[in-house]
Amino acid sequence: MSFSYGGPPVVEHVTLAVRPGEFVALVGPNGSGKSTLLRVLLGLRRPTSGRVELFGHDPARLPDRWRVGYVPQRSHLGADLPATVEEVVRTGRLARRGWWRRATGADRDAVDHALDSVALAHVRSRPLRDLSGGQQQRVLIAKALAGEAPLMVLDEPVAGVDAESQRLFRDSLVHLVDHHDAAVLLVSHELGAVADDLDRVVVLKRTVLFDGPPAELAATGVSLGIHREDLPLWLEELA
Amino acid sequence: MPWPFDREFMRLALLAGVVVGAVAPLIGTFLVQRRMALLGDGIGHLAFAGVAAGLLLEVWPIWTALAVAVTGAVCIEWLRSRGRASGDLALAIFFYGGIAAAVVLASRAGSGSVNVFPYLFGSILTVTWGDVRVVLLLGALIVATMLVTGRALFAIVLDEDAARVAGLPVDRLNVLLAALTAVTVVAAMRVVGVLLVAALMVLPVATSRLLAGSFRATLLGAVAIGVASVVVGLVAARAWSLAPGGTIVLTAVAAFAVASVGVGVGRRAGAGAPVPGG
Repeated sequence: MSFSYGGPPVVEHVTLAVRPGEFVALVGPNGSGKSTLLRVLLGLRRPTSGRVELFGHDPARLPDRWRVGYVPQRSHLGADLPATVEEVVRTGRLARRGWWRRATGADRDAVDHALDSVALAHVRSRPLRDLSGGQQQRVLIAKALAGEAPLMVLDEPVAGVDAESQRLFRDSLVHLVDHHDAAVLLVSHELGAVADDLDRVVVLKRTVLFDGPPAELAATGVSLGIHREDLPLWLEELA
Repeated sequence: MPWPFDREFMRLALLAGVVVGAVAPLIGTFLVQRRMALLGDGIGHLAFAGVAAGLLLEVWPIWTALAVAVTGAVCIEWLRSRGRASGDLALAIFFYGGIAAAVVLASRAGSGSVNVFPYLFGSILTVTWGDVRVVLLLGALIVATMLVTGRALFAIVLDEDAARVAGLPVDRLNVLLAALTAVTVVAAMRVVGVLLVAALMVLPVATSRLLAGSFRATLLGAVAIGVASVVVGLVAARAWSLAPGGTIVLTAVAAFAVASVGVGVGRRAGAGAPVPGG
């Protein structure tokens, strides 16, 4: 598929599939079209040409939207929002149970489990604005986890997050893939924490430059794990 | 009932005022979080045009105000969401259009134009049982709708894109919120007037946000502050023969000032412990 905002294409001739149980990282230099590709994939934009399907449906008309868990960039969150951690995470269940319905015991259990997964149960009643940037990001991850979606799409979820939070984040995603056969599409510049767990890395610069296992990318001299600085540097050179 | 609610007109004023004092901040909490605090003001001007149209057509102005305000609110939201105009520009277009239409229609209504003043500045002490019944009906409609849609509206406030991805009917809920804002404005018209109605939507929320640590507490706190502002304002207006609409709003302003000073003093005293387990 291709997409443009009216001018030159932002993404062009992109072919990409993510299957159940796959853990895929999408990387690319700034301005390479990653966020646009995500917006098209999630049904927030329609492709200019080509076709996008989520679970076999047009994303804009997907029934059972709860099947897509989405972690946006933290910058989208209102910094002055007077909401507690638990209030935010609970919204992750709305799509699953129907937004007009009241929460059930299953909803409360899922929220508890999601908060435990990111080690934030002890601050569940604290206002979100009192938390550090890394903790706020974990709240958004917990919100997506609470929906128990079989497809997780994460946009720069560990930007500015400390090492311990990244480890917790990695454990949550690996658990989803290994035990729930979930598919994970992760957009990030920081793949160190998940380097050993990825099935594929997709490198995007308007079109797909590389799509394969991390070992193949490593064979070209780009390390995702040991030399964490390699990937961002290489992506900058791409730009 | 004891003074100052020993007279029928004060009891009616209290009943209408408490309903408006509760529902205006209820809607206002979502508007303030979405940085649309002035929406109530813009719709108030449209409602004023509706009042003038009612006087001209010799129809009860409440109904014409409701029709014009709801239609205008839906149009404002449509313009904003389609990107045809930014939020403040869409408001400005209807703001000025509404007030201009009101002036023209009121002038055509001849001697009836005198009757627009109770709607412009509020006239809570002259509300009738008919007015109170309408306020109760509109108030019940707003509360019932918020009970069903409140959780989804909160998700939209949190992140509109994420709410869309989750399949929430974001556009329809935004239109509903705008329409409910219009209903609230019409319900509050006789209490504080169209010129001050937005104050009751915004000031209690601003005060509550200073004090509350959760969205639920912000919502309930704003409702409590709104109701308290109406009751205290009514008592003060009766005691010192003041204009009730203005006194109610000044009470809400005073509550905000007191809370701001209190929170400032608390912060300087070292309130706010670090979050554990960072």
